[in-house]
Amino acid sequence: MANVQLQQVGKTYDGGVRAVETMDLSIADGEFLVLVGPSGCGKSTTLRMIAGLEEVTDGTISIDGRVVNDVHPSERDIAMVFQNYALYPHMTVAGNLSFGLERRRRHPSRLRGLFDAGYRSARREELRSIRERVEKAARMLGIEALLGRHPRELSGGQRQRVALGRALVRDPKAFLFDEPLSNLDAKLRVEMRTELRILHRQLGATMIYVTHDQEEAMTLGDRLVVMHDGIVQQVDTPDRVYREPANRFVASFVGTPTMNFFEGSVDSAARFQVAGLSLSLPAAHRSTPAGPCTIGVRPDALELVSDSENAIPCSIETIEFLGDRIDLILNSDVGRLVCRTAPRSGLAEGDAVLLRPTEAGVHLFEPGPDGARRSKS
Amino acid sequence: MRSSRSNPVWYLPVSIGALLMLFPIWWMLVVSLKTEADAKQSMSSGEMLQVLPGNPQWGNYAQAVSEVGTEPVTGFLDALANSIVVTVLVVAATILSSSLVATAFARIRFRGRNGFFILMLATMMLPAQVTMIPLFLFFRSLGWVDTLLPLVVPAFFGSAFFIFMYRQFIAQIPESLFEAARIDRCGWFEIWWRIVLPLSRPVTAITAVFTFIFVWNDFMTPLIYLHSEEQATIAVALNSFRTQFSGIEDVHLLMALSVVTMVPCIVLFFAAQRHFIEGLGSGAVKG
Repeated sequence: MANVQLQQVGKTYDGGVRAVETMDLSIADGEFLVLVGPSGCGKSTTLRMIAGLEEVTDGTISIDGRVVNDVHPSERDIAMVFQNYALYPHMTVAGNLSFGLERRRRHPSRLRGLFDAGYRSARREELRSIRERVEKAARMLGIEALLGRHPRELSGGQRQRVALGRALVRDPKAFLFDEPLSNLDAKLRVEMRTELRILHRQLGATMIYVTHDQEEAMTLGDRLVVMHDGIVQQVDTPDRVYREPANRFVASFVGTPTMNFFEGSVDSAARFQVAGLSLSLPAAHRSTPAGPCTIGVRPDALELVSDSENAIPCSIETIEFLGDRIDLILNSDVGRLVCRTAPRSGLAEGDAVLLRPTEAGVHLFEPGPDGARRSKS
Repeated sequence: MRSSRSNPVWYLPVSIGALLMLFPIWWMLVVSLKTEADAKQSMSSGEMLQVLPGNPQWGNYAQAVSEVGTEPVTGFLDALANSIVVTVLVVAATILSSSLVATAFARIRFRGRNGFFILMLATMMLPAQVTMIPLFLFFRSLGWVDTLLPLVVPAFFGSAFFIFMYRQFIAQIPESLFEAARIDRCGWFEIWWRIVLPLSRPVTAITAVFTFIFVWNDFMTPLIYLHSEEQATIAVALNSFRTQFSGIEDVHLLMALSVVTMVPCIVLFFAAQRHFIEGLGSGAVKG
């Protein structure tokens, strides 16, 4: 296993399109790092630069202390799992698993084996070792019974396991995953997510994972790298990314349903003025400078209250029942809001209700769509 | 829901078309089994619809084979061997060279790639007759006239049509397969040999059948370059047979030999037709 370092790495395509702005990233040995962001944010390009499938135009990438900018993908000792599996369709599952190992054999010549006894026995030993490694990986992933089949005879989940096995069997320094679960159905995706997590714990391997699914990122990663328009927005643990988003983009991208935002301004009395309402700021934010700013409140940080003190009057547009909780979609003078709460009787579409942000649930951002988070006092 | 294509009415025009296509083959087969007199009579009467003779002359085939060239039987075997050597080499060379060039055009980024590709396509617009004489002079200067080399060697440089076909097919193979192969320590040559060629079986089948039929039946090229009887291919031998027996006199023997000549093409076609419709790519990626 190995650590991976990205120093001042950037990527500009031939036509001058800047795909990834300069970034520094240090991935520790055995860490599960998730690159997450919307389509076109540069996460896959970053992963492909680490894999050696894209040329690095700025900076250096090191794997285990060795700069690999000009090293062929096959010499970087990494394994990659692709979004569409990329299994060789003309080979059996066993063939797919062993192909990478076969290509790395030091005694591949059958002809030389006919004349050189030492070479022959080394060759035999090599083949035995490959067979054992393939069987071990297949056992780990529960695909032993599929070894003789072709990819076209497998279900999506089975193909994904084979793709994982192909990476696993090589015992590489780092595993790279490019949205490997996005082609699976929702149920299988959740199952595979858990298996990946267990696999990571068993192997203790360095894993770099790309996804656009923030839920997948939150559940899998030791740390997340949130990217937008080729720029790293925040690098932190899932908990901190959720609780202390670096800016409004991160706040809106992470968490479902998305965070509610009110654009207004803070007056000299530390009250937030928005759409004719005057809300007092939580104690932690009282020292924030006066002027325009954006307040963000997660749907689960809005409480239904009966008194109008510091509350936002709303009317319920729709109620989405989710089993152990409900999402209220509401209209208000500050715009459309979402409130997540426990199911309760007596709520109906069209009802007028009062919502109040919890003390701890209020985030302040600089004005604008990518406004930075204002720290608490 | 029942497809409109499964309606029997659709089969009528298709069946008529098939019968029209089969008619010359049937005519050839029937005439090949007639006696010399019957064959002569049906030719002179211009009778088109033929029925299988009550007493088929299977001996016509043995006689036709034994009367090719100046040496009995060996003349035919020589021509057959020459045709097999030329056809097998040309088919193999066309498949290997065309798929290799197509891999480069489809997957390797290099300066002027599109320009070279268009230039290559443009060569398809040159009629064969335009290059016939310069090529003959070129091969003569190499001392290759009356050898099989001018028939075989050009195939090692690819065929524009098949390069185009392979390129279109290879461009459809997901990029991730090539990337996976690169990570698995394959260079471009190995990617071509281990990934592209096995996946391109449908195109290879078409290339093999088309090239086989074209080369097997090619009359003009062997006629230009091969002068001696020992070098003649089947198509040339067939022609010498016809003139040797003053044309229509021995039409039953000519037809018998034509049937023999046609058999490999038919066998190959049926053997390879499964691959025309079979896409090996299924299962490679999600879908």
